[in-house]
Amino acid sequence: MRARIWGCRGSLAAPGPETVRYGGNTSCLEVRPSDGRLIVVDAGTGARNLGIALGDARPERIDILLSHLHLDHIEGLGFFGPVWDSGCEVHIWGPPSPLRSLREDIAKYFSPPLFPVHLDDLPSHLVIHDVPAAEWELGAARIRAQPINHPGPTVGYRIEDEGKTLTYISDHEPALGVDLQTVSPDWVSGYALAYGTDVLLHDAQYTEEEYPQRVGWGHSSISHTVTFALITKARRLIMFHHDPMHSDAQLEAMLLRAKELWGREPDGVVLSYEGMEIDVT
Amino acid sequence: MQQKSLVLILARDLAEKLASAMFVVDHEGTLVYFNEPAERILGKAFSDVGPLPLAEWPRAVTSQLASEGLTLENLPLFVALRDREPSHREFNITTVDGSPLSIAATAFPLFARTDEFVGAASIFWEVPGADESGSAKGS
Repeated sequence: MRARIWGCRGSLAAPGPETVRYGGNTSCLEVRPSDGRLIVVDAGTGARNLGIALGDARPERIDILLSHLHLDHIEGLGFFGPVWDSGCEVHIWGPPSPLRSLREDIAKYFSPPLFPVHLDDLPSHLVIHDVPAAEWELGAARIRAQPINHPGPTVGYRIEDEGKTLTYISDHEPALGVDLQTVSPDWVSGYALAYGTDVLLHDAQYTEEEYPQRVGWGHSSISHTVTFALITKARRLIMFHHDPMHSDAQLEAMLLRAKELWGREPDGVVLSYEGMEIDVT
Repeated sequence: MQQKSLVLILARDLAEKLASAMFVVDHEGTLVYFNEPAERILGKAFSDVGPLPLAEWPRAVTSQLASEGLTLENLPLFVALRDREPSHREFNITTVDGSPLSIAATAFPLFARTDEFVGAASIFWEVPGADESGSAKGS
């Protein structure tokens, strides 16, 4: 299984000279299991470039796994080329709200005045699924979705192929109300999803100094990110969902702090960046 | 790896910050958490007793029930667990130091999805000037 990051910025796209090294596009991850199927995780603004890169070589079926419906995770959908291709079957998976279906929630974005085209008028063959409680298969990949702590219905994903796993938890505040250093792991949001994973992409939005002013916003400080990775025994940690206010230089300072907290092999924790290739074999 | 339902994790988070006593049980009735104000009723810290299965923890409570006609089965937390409906009741208990205490309890079931029952929670608070006859009211 291989993956490529098309967007790793959190909350709001942040293009500009200060963010050019790690990128300004919001969350989008391309995953290619061993059978070559295309799975897209989240459809932030990075999805536009993924659609362009696919060009005419796009597969007949694409599966998009949405972690949640905050705008930075879906605003690339309308600009993702395959949804405008009548020959393409696009399956969208995501968490439903208690009262509405996932289709109804996505249709809010795909409707005037927020967007000029209604969801039902998209040319592609759209199939929208509420994520099941149990694991399911997409070709060679086995997928598990699990609710995680973030405002509104939100899930993380664990994707397994050939015995290797990639876990994606982009927006997550596991430390809300608990001390991650002392609490029993079974009381930690996301623990079962991330346990023993080969690659963990995890929210790393705030510095330890910023977090106290943002408690309850649904994100992690760098200390929480690393602690979560350590207690879940993740083998590699990729810091994801960079704050739009953080420059490249600030992110690199956060990485140094993360390595210090990580305390193991230095390359085990890295910053995500646009164009990053991830080998999960 | 086992992990508590996110709804139970968030219920515990709420309990830790409440001034009122709060119990949290999972879908099997295991008492998975109670907060510090609940220690006044039980006389023990949760860290000392750990999770208690349904077969064990009610005994710690029933010995202190003083209201007439009040049985384990009609305690609000049991109603919420058994019937998966909210329940409220006022009743008298004796605290572990022997003091009488009139309390009101509200319990409610916890559903993670409309079809996924994950447990129940109950909040207790002291009722000033409550009925001294010890009669229970509510349902």
